[in-house]
Amino acid sequence: MGDLSEFPIKYRLYLKTYRWRRIDPVPWTPLKKPLKECRLAMISSAAIVSADQDPFDNFIRIGDTGIREIPRDVDITTLRETHRSNAFDHTGIRQDPNLAFPVDRLREMAEDGFVGSLNHRYFSIMGSVTAPDQLIQNTIPQVVPKLIDDQVDIALLIPV
Amino acid sequence: MEQQGISTVVVQLLRLVTEKVRPPRALFVPFRHGYPLDSPNDPEKQRAVIAAALDLLANPDLKPPAIVDFISEDRAQRSDDR
Repeated sequence: MGDLSEFPIKYRLYLKTYRWRRIDPVPWTPLKKPLKECRLAMISSAAIVSADQDPFDNFIRIGDTGIREIPRDVDITTLRETHRSNAFDHTGIRQDPNLAFPVDRLREMAEDGFVGSLNHRYFSIMGSVTAPDQLIQNTIPQVVPKLIDDQVDIALLIPV
Repeated sequence: MEQQGISTVVVQLLRLVTEKVRPPRALFVPFRHGYPLDSPNDPEKQRAVIAAALDLLANPDLKPPAIVDFISEDRAQRSDDR
């Protein structure tokens, strides 16, 4: 895995010819303190929603570029995966949302002192957006000021 | 985020995307889509991936863009057995 071989031919062609945005220059913030003193935020593109939230909208042609804030202390069993893509197997994440939205694992790792603390909220978005400029220009700029307000030091980004 | 002083690390499932997009720090994992942290209901394996990703943040030797392969203990063990 890790190459395109897992996908049907139509997705392989799409991914191969897609005009990926190249980050240049690559921004870089060195860690200023040990991990065990850092506050961590998580952003996952697995389209996870909590029980009281609407699912991601699967009828928006370019993909739903919305954001769901999910509290750090959420009960994992109440989370739902609502990703629109049929290019991957949803079975695992529906059995265990920690697979792409690891609230339990992060809680354990903070308790063990691997990281200093967890931000009080996580952010859920949906991948498979075919107009990524919308994500870059509208979605993520809504998240970053919140992370700054929350005094987050590090961000873990998880795809699906 | 990096420009605002937040250090980031991304778990990546496709090498093609990682190399083209060039995020600052990427942990490339050999799992299929839908399984970014390896296996469902397997806390130990999930933690191993998260720990490896977070370790990239603390590695002073990395330079941007840093793409690092995740090697699970299972795989390392199989390799040692050969």
